[in-house]
Amino acid sequence: MTTPVKSHIALRRNISSFLYRRSTVYLLLLLLPPLLWFGIVYLGSLLALLVQSGYTFDDFSMTVLPVFTWKNYQNLLLAANFDIVLRTFAMATAVSLFCACLGFPIAYYMVRYAGGWQRGFFYIAVLLPMWASYIVKVYSWTVILAKGGIAYWFINQAGLGHALESLLALPFIGGNTLSTSHLGRLLVFSYVWLPFMILPIQSSIERINPNLLTASADLGARPGQTFRTILLPLAMPGVVAGSIFTFCLTFGDYIIPTLVGPSGFFIGTMVYTQQGAIGNMPMAAAFTVVPIVVIGLYLTFAKRMGAFDAL
Amino acid sequence: MRAVQSLDPGLHRHHGRPLNVEMVVAVELNTVSRFYGEVRALDHISATIGEGEFFSMLGPSGSGKTTCLRLIAGFEQPTTGSILIHGKDATGVPPYERDVNTVFQDYALFPHMTNLENIEYGLKVKGVAKTERKQRAQEALAMVALPDLGKRKPWQLSGGQRQRIALARALVNRPRVLLLDEPLGALDLKLREQMQVELKALQRKLGITFIYVTHDQGEALSMSDRVAVFNAGRLEQIDTPQNLYMRPSTVFVANFVGTSNVVEGRPALDISGQPHSFSIRPEHISFVQGPPTPETIHISGRLVDIQYYGAHSRYEVEIAGSLLFSVQLASESSAQDILPRVGDEVMIGWSRRAMVHLGDL
Repeated sequence: MTTPVKSHIALRRNISSFLYRRSTVYLLLLLLPPLLWFGIVYLGSLLALLVQSGYTFDDFSMTVLPVFTWKNYQNLLLAANFDIVLRTFAMATAVSLFCACLGFPIAYYMVRYAGGWQRGFFYIAVLLPMWASYIVKVYSWTVILAKGGIAYWFINQAGLGHALESLLALPFIGGNTLSTSHLGRLLVFSYVWLPFMILPIQSSIERINPNLLTASADLGARPGQTFRTILLPLAMPGVVAGSIFTFCLTFGDYIIPTLVGPSGFFIGTMVYTQQGAIGNMPMAAAFTVVPIVVIGLYLTFAKRMGAFDAL
Repeated sequence: MRAVQSLDPGLHRHHGRPLNVEMVVAVELNTVSRFYGEVRALDHISATIGEGEFFSMLGPSGSGKTTCLRLIAGFEQPTTGSILIHGKDATGVPPYERDVNTVFQDYALFPHMTNLENIEYGLKVKGVAKTERKQRAQEALAMVALPDLGKRKPWQLSGGQRQRIALARALVNRPRVLLLDEPLGALDLKLREQMQVELKALQRKLGITFIYVTHDQGEALSMSDRVAVFNAGRLEQIDTPQNLYMRPSTVFVANFVGTSNVVEGRPALDISGQPHSFSIRPEHISFVQGPPTPETIHISGRLVDIQYYGAHSRYEVEIAGSLLFSVQLASESSAQDILPRVGDEVMIGWSRRAMVHLGDL
């Protein structure tokens, strides 16, 4: 004779012991919601983008026709468009390199030297700029870098005004003023994405056994040798991860190229224009595929070079 | 080259040298201290380690032995005092300029390199030509009996194999002094005993000075020419294993090295009739009957526990309700006619000559 309460308990026990025995069912139940999200919303939208990039845009009627064509990708190779790709690629590479050079020493210091409150301070200091609105930060940089702005004042005070002038006169880097130069754009990009470089490097350095660096010195390696042969290769997964962030973010951004630096489209601004003003969604999609392909190639190259051997 | 008189009988044990030979100094510590803020990790340590000597630094964790090793390796600098390596002042000399190599407790093998690349590393950074360094690395692999594992990565090896690779990586540089920081600590007992024998044989073959840090007193006693016992940042005693065991100079050493019955204070006076603390080894005590002779001490107590260890057994005897004496007898002891049982009133006794005096009361 069982009461309803007891049978209720028995049922629950049956279910839990069933799940215990069939651990794959249990795992599937746990993972189903995030898997659905990832599969449908995440990958699904990416797939939709890829499909769209193959659609036909009718210039005459300004409408999108679901007819497959390679034309959008062929258009990417037109001189005007390929220029945009190259310009964005060069900037993304420069930003990633600059961020890696700035971020690595900071990340190393955070892991190996900062302890207690110092470490907390560094975490907050690295993340703090991300708490402020992105637009506000970029706008304030335009003010900082403008002629007569704080940057100019400091540089002139340091007596480096002429050096800056000759730096800005250089091709590819320069421009009329800091705020309209490629250099200024690089500074703003690097400022905005630096945390995305520091944090992955920091976590990869954290996983390196400090005794490895000691052992390297013990075996006769000078600090530079230890850096090149032990520290950098072991931290490489973090550098690659960080550079993927800085790379992709630079590739996709359309606000900084609009507000800082010389005129000329970036992929981000081009996508914005194509899909907003013109309504050419397929061409915008084709532009968006560029970073995906570039990152894919970059990862393959990094793997070939042994960047992930330490994982 | 500096040389000192060796008054050390332990040295002639392995090297077949007579006593009082001229000993070439490999490492000399002159009143070395290392403070971390208020913490005195190492407090005025002086020691002289001879060339070709197997020198152990023994002590519990936090006693300063590893700090001492790190100072010799150059990973840290002494707060005060100086360290001489082969007669040259090593103060301020970075580790990569010292003719000293280290085997780390966690092996510290480079995970992104193969075992052979690990072994080659020290030669590579010093600019040794490729063919020579390949050959020497292969020789080093053969020396540690792992000639075929060069192409694998360290994580593909067992703990004992990794330990050998770490040893080969250090020895391939032909250092004059090899530092070993608890190198066998992570291995299981059987493997540890086997490696002890191999390490000792290797050291004798190569004639390199070994400075060996361990917290395992058995390991230190069985392998070393001399042992330095550390306690709380200070040196308690530097001596041969035999002297350390038979003639400990402090209460700490008597307790830490092997098992001792250490008696201090008033009970020491009551038992021996002399105003010294003393220690007596369990194997020097036996069950006795009748009155003592002038050379022996007899006291009575109650047997409270017997522990069986296979080859020997240990008897815990309570004296006067407070002191506990350990007595160790061979399990198949025929000398003992009738062995007592737990709870029995017993009489234990030992020779006065077996006692070690540990300072006045």
